[in-house]
Amino acid sequence: MNWLRNQWQACRLALSRLAAAPVNTLLSVLGIGIALALPAGGHLLLDHVAALGKGAAAAPQLTVFMSVEAERKAALDIEARLLGRPDVAQTELLEREATLKRMKASDGLADVIGALPKNPFPDAIVVTLADESPAALENLAAEARKWPRVEQVQIDADWAHRLAAFVRLARTGVLLLATLLGLGLITITFNTIRLQVLTRQTEVEVSRLLGATDAFIRRPFLWYGALLGLLGGMAAWLIVAGATLWLRLPVAELAQLYGLELMLALPTAKATGILLGAAAGLGWLGAALSMRQQLANSR
Amino acid sequence: MITLERISKRYPPDMTALTDVSAEIAAGELVTIVGHSGAGKSTLLKLIPAIERPTAGTVLVNGQNVGALSARAMPFLRRNIGLVFQDQKLLFDRSALANVLLPLEIVGFPHKEAQRRAEAALDKVGLLKRARALPIALSGGEQQRLAIARAVVHRPGLLIADEPTAYLDAETARDVAAIFMEFHRVGVTVLVATYDDSLFPGARRLRLDHGRLA
Repeated sequence: MNWLRNQWQACRLALSRLAAAPVNTLLSVLGIGIALALPAGGHLLLDHVAALGKGAAAAPQLTVFMSVEAERKAALDIEARLLGRPDVAQTELLEREATLKRMKASDGLADVIGALPKNPFPDAIVVTLADESPAALENLAAEARKWPRVEQVQIDADWAHRLAAFVRLARTGVLLLATLLGLGLITITFNTIRLQVLTRQTEVEVSRLLGATDAFIRRPFLWYGALLGLLGGMAAWLIVAGATLWLRLPVAELAQLYGLELMLALPTAKATGILLGAAAGLGWLGAALSMRQQLANSR
Repeated sequence: MITLERISKRYPPDMTALTDVSAEIAAGELVTIVGHSGAGKSTLLKLIPAIERPTAGTVLVNGQNVGALSARAMPFLRRNIGLVFQDQKLLFDRSALANVLLPLEIVGFPHKEAQRRAEAALDKVGLLKRARALPIALSGGEQQRLAIARAVVHRPGLLIADEPTAYLDAETARDVAAIFMEFHRVGVTVLVATYDDSLFPGARRLRLDHGRLA
């Protein structure tokens, strides 16, 4: 009860100090907000990009293209050969006549294809593997390329793997950025609290003379740091949310041009909680480090 | 209550403030410390709440060796002492009432009870009507009385004042001295450094001369 009352009292004091210097508070909050918005926004964007690759990466497939001159029997032989392997789960033969028909049905292509003297499409076999590892895919692809009448072997999930690798790299980058800017936040609060203590030197001194413990003196400053961090976290959220809403339509349009569906969403409740918690925690930590130094100096 | 045993205090490099001072102050006593400027009065008072530590000798408060007290134990010694400083050390960014509330907040008093006590302390020094005023708006005498209210609000057993009447006109000085006399009458041990101990009739006098008891 006593503990709770002490905390509440210190919290109120910290709030009144934040409100007493609104311009300083606003600038600090903005500084922290911008610093946190970069990694938070980066993380959000990568979540969306990673989701793009998920559907494709789930079912790794190969497509074996026969040469255009190859007869149907050659394609059937290859299909039988594939099905005979233990690492192949399923195959589907796309006959060249069917492909031509499908392509003619799509807008814009009909005229072009109609103008061609003969069917430009080869027979193709879509292979689904039992083993999903990239190594198994590469293995089979390399082998199939040497088979007779095979023109080309394409790993369909290739782009998804590249994307996944890119996302992994970018995530490391975001983590690095978050670490650096987190340290930046600690520095900001460290210095803000140092200035606070300097302007409140008399208060610290008088409190000591009246029998205040270090914990009592420290408490409002720790709240100040934590609240400053929290407000900075809220500013970061607003920046990220604002940017998301602003970019939503243009990004969706751009993605559509590549045949992708990408709709930016606001940070989830969990992500918001982590952002605000980390911001308040780092602010508190900066204040705690600063107070440790200040109290030792003033003794 | 307070025992000073062969106290010396030197400040580097070669300034000696107190030399071989021994004294005993009983609980409930009223004691004035007199002497010329620079005689060591303030230094002597600062040794008791451990604001300064003696270079030699021991200071005992309620049997506790103050010079050997850990930083952790220090606050609890000071909570039993009311301090009135020469420069008052009021906090100018908060009201008179908030200044008086501070010692109670430090001890962890419930807010309502603290409020009631702080108002009673302000009433005792005649400042209840100025409770909401900032210290800057108070006269010199009022500021001094506010400092006294803050020193006694948590009902310490020992009240220490360093020149509490130094900057006051004769009449205000008498009023302020009367407040100390009143605390003495209700059993508080009072220790006052002053240039004019005629303000404190009936007090035992310790005279310091160049750092020695005369």
